Amino acid sequence: MPHFSKDISVVIGGAAGQGIQTVEAALMRILKDAGYGVFACKEYMSRVRGGSNSVEIRLSSMKAPRRAYVRRIDFLFALDAPALEHLRWRIGEGTTVFAEKSKSDADGIHRFVDTPLLEFAMEAGGSPLYANSVALGVILGVFNIPSRSAEAYLEKVFSRKGADIVTKNINALKKGYDFGRHTAYAEDIEVPLFADEKKKDDLLLDGTTALGIGAIAGGCDFISSYPMSPGTGVLAFLAQHAKKCDIVVDQAEDEISAINAGLGASYAGARALVTTSGGGFDLMQEGVSLSGIIETPIVIHIGQRPGPATGLPTRTEQGDLNLALYAGHGEFPRAIYAPGTPAEAIEGMERAFDTADAYQIPVFILSDQYFLDAISPIDIREVARLTTDRHIVKTEPGYLRYALTPDGLSPRGVPGYGDGLVCVDSDEHDESGHITESFEMRRAMMEKRFRRLDALRESALLPHSYDNFDEAETVVISWGSNRWVLEEAIGKLGSKKLAGLHFAQVFPLNKEVSNLLGKKKIIVVENNHSGQFADLLVRELGVKISRRVLKSTGEPFSVEELIDELKLELTTNN
Amino acid sequence: MNPFDMPQETDIAWCPGCGNFPLLNVLKMALRELGKDPKEVVISSGIGQAAKMPQYVDAHMFNGLHGRSIPTAMGIKLANRNLTVIAESGDGDIYGEGGNHLLHIARRNPDITIFVHNNMVYGLTKGQASPTTTTGTKNPLQPDGVIVEPINPIAVALSVDIPFIARVNVGDVAQTKEILKQAISFRGLSLVDIFAPCVVFNKVNTYQWFKEHSYAVPKDYDPTDRMAAFRRALETDKLPLGVLYRNDSRELYEDRLGITDTPLYEREFPEAAFQEVLAGYR
Repeated sequence: MPHFSKDISVVIGGAAGQGIQTVEAALMRILKDAGYGVFACKEYMSRVRGGSNSVEIRLSSMKAPRRAYVRRIDFLFALDAPALEHLRWRIGEGTTVFAEKSKSDADGIHRFVDTPLLEFAMEAGGSPLYANSVALGVILGVFNIPSRSAEAYLEKVFSRKGADIVTKNINALKKGYDFGRHTAYAEDIEVPLFADEKKKDDLLLDGTTALGIGAIAGGCDFISSYPMSPGTGVLAFLAQHAKKCDIVVDQAEDEISAINAGLGASYAGARALVTTSGGGFDLMQEGVSLSGIIETPIVIHIGQRPGPATGLPTRTEQGDLNLALYAGHGEFPRAIYAPGTPAEAIEGMERAFDTADAYQIPVFILSDQYFLDAISPIDIREVARLTTDRHIVKTEPGYLRYALTPDGLSPRGVPGYGDGLVCVDSDEHDESGHITESFEMRRAMMEKRFRRLDALRESALLPHSYDNFDEAETVVISWGSNRWVLEEAIGKLGSKKLAGLHFAQVFPLNKEVSNLLGKKKIIVVENNHSGQFADLLVRELGVKISRRVLKSTGEPFSVEELIDELKLELTTNN
Repeated sequence: MNPFDMPQETDIAWCPGCGNFPLLNVLKMALRELGKDPKEVVISSGIGQAAKMPQYVDAHMFNGLHGRSIPTAMGIKLANRNLTVIAESGDGDIYGEGGNHLLHIARRNPDITIFVHNNMVYGLTKGQASPTTTTGTKNPLQPDGVIVEPINPIAVALSVDIPFIARVNVGDVAQTKEILKQAISFRGLSLVDIFAPCVVFNKVNTYQWFKEHSYAVPKDYDPTDRMAAFRRALETDKLPLGVLYRNDSRELYEDRLGITDTPLYEREFPEAAFQEVLAGYR
């Protein structure tokens, strides 16, 4: 009967409001604590109630963790009939479906376990709302994971709603659990428990939380933003921790206000962040240009989603690299980070604050819905701690904010610190920061601003290379959220011809990148329509891109489709 | 010598006779008479001829984007509440391009001062209608005259409860100075609508016109009466001057946010709190 490798994909589908996120959160916590390697990602419709959403949880061993979206489903728990239809295209011969048979179209499904989710929910709590706790119980029962940890979890989560609610949820869980154990026995499903070592020091983080932690670690003390999915989470995270972490949180009336408030705060010495998505960022662009000319640091997080305009508000895409790269009129230096793992997100955010302050420029963090919502564990020792030095000086009388210097960096003073006056101007200005129309001064200031790019390039992060990089003739490149999906695809193909290269900083590129690529054949994998990073590589390095693997449907890449794409490359080559 | 005078000769970009000249002197006098130190004063401005004001005052300056002097001023104040922060620009900048910020800064009520040079015309872009231009006024973009109604900034400010609202005519230097001082000293958000004529592009709303079409509210006028202020604000025949509304009971945004006197640049890293945050995700 069903045999499982150390890699299981569990998908739970249901309507918004049915509590699949509660099941996800509970399972991730319980399975992690039980010592499994865990990863979760989700997809959802743009509505508050109803629709059809799903979460995928991958169970693997800690030693060989699987941390990317797979199309394959081993166990599907459908909380309602639309969920089954929504996910039918992913149901294969190996999928065991748990759903209510009377309400489902079981045609063509090889293994269907009639699961009385609603009946148990009504019995346990008198409301269909308890179906998610039943489902949680069934899953734990099938996997033979002691239900005690789940009971404790439910007690903790629901305690503020009262003892009655806790009891009903636990009863629902138990009913599901007994059913799950019974089913595993009856259907001869055996899931080997491959929990290896229990790692107490692991943190369970989604991309949003990792970025938030990185912001605090990076010394962020000011955020003004306007809600826009999927960028809002970072604002909510900082708002939640604002009091104890001493962070000023302002909900702006619009994105224009947000970035201008951020620049005002930064001018006065704060470490300021704004978070948004593409559409909201469009409104901020003049502010980016302002940051460029007044040399005032700002960190901008863009949680990408498919555009143009409103596009697919709850879906994922990497379509705004060019937007970040070219945002704002006029020419000025900038840096763009694109983390692909929670550890990279924490470090990337800290680095963004340091780079912004050290070079007095706007710095971008590009993420996307898939990344922000994906949850995985990270060892607490992987939480980077960089400097939080603000790179500001105490001013003297006669202080010149834009003093011309060999490296283009003018010592940055802030109002109130020292005896100098700090004048910044969106007009072209002289060294004192006052308006000028002198062409000579204009040239001096343009050159000064761009001199910083040399040091910025030298300090740029090197990409992460893996899988026989030195010998492989073909390098497959990812940036941002595609790191783990590509790593898994390349790892599974196991071809000596292929190696991977992941960029967590996409601009400017470190000079070493040219040498790394050498004469290798280049494939670029991007979650967008045109291959924006491929274009950037061509432009910056003059390389030739032999293949662009692109997707802009609003979904992330699955491991399977990358394997298919790369197989094509390997076969057409031979 | 005024400590807010520029230390060197400055080429001022305004036209001879511009209403901004007397205002510049009044502002510097007001700051000096309040005993302000240039090192504690920041002027945040937008774009336009009015927004050039901080270029000619020896204090900290943030000459930012068109329409955005208010959010910038707020950011500065929240990062360092010890600073005296003034947002200053023209009617096009604050009532037009940045109109949304005026509405929402009122809801927050930070301790900043907004000075709006209201000349009822766009000067720097050469004579187009501004949000306060009188209906019917001919201009390059509406050759047959403006066909939309002007905004009433005092009524708008009252409706969103900006806790200090005044209007002055720069032609009356003594009263202007007195009211700018009150606005700067006011603990909370203050707005002063300043009649300051554009002598090149507005041949209607001149020094003379402002003098003839305005009057000072009487000595016994009670600015704490919001309904009375609304009645004054809706007058159109002659426009009322003076402190039109004052509400000393509103809490500051800084206080509601729990911001202390320590500027953010002196903030210590919250190590214990950070460890606590991390521990929450174990």
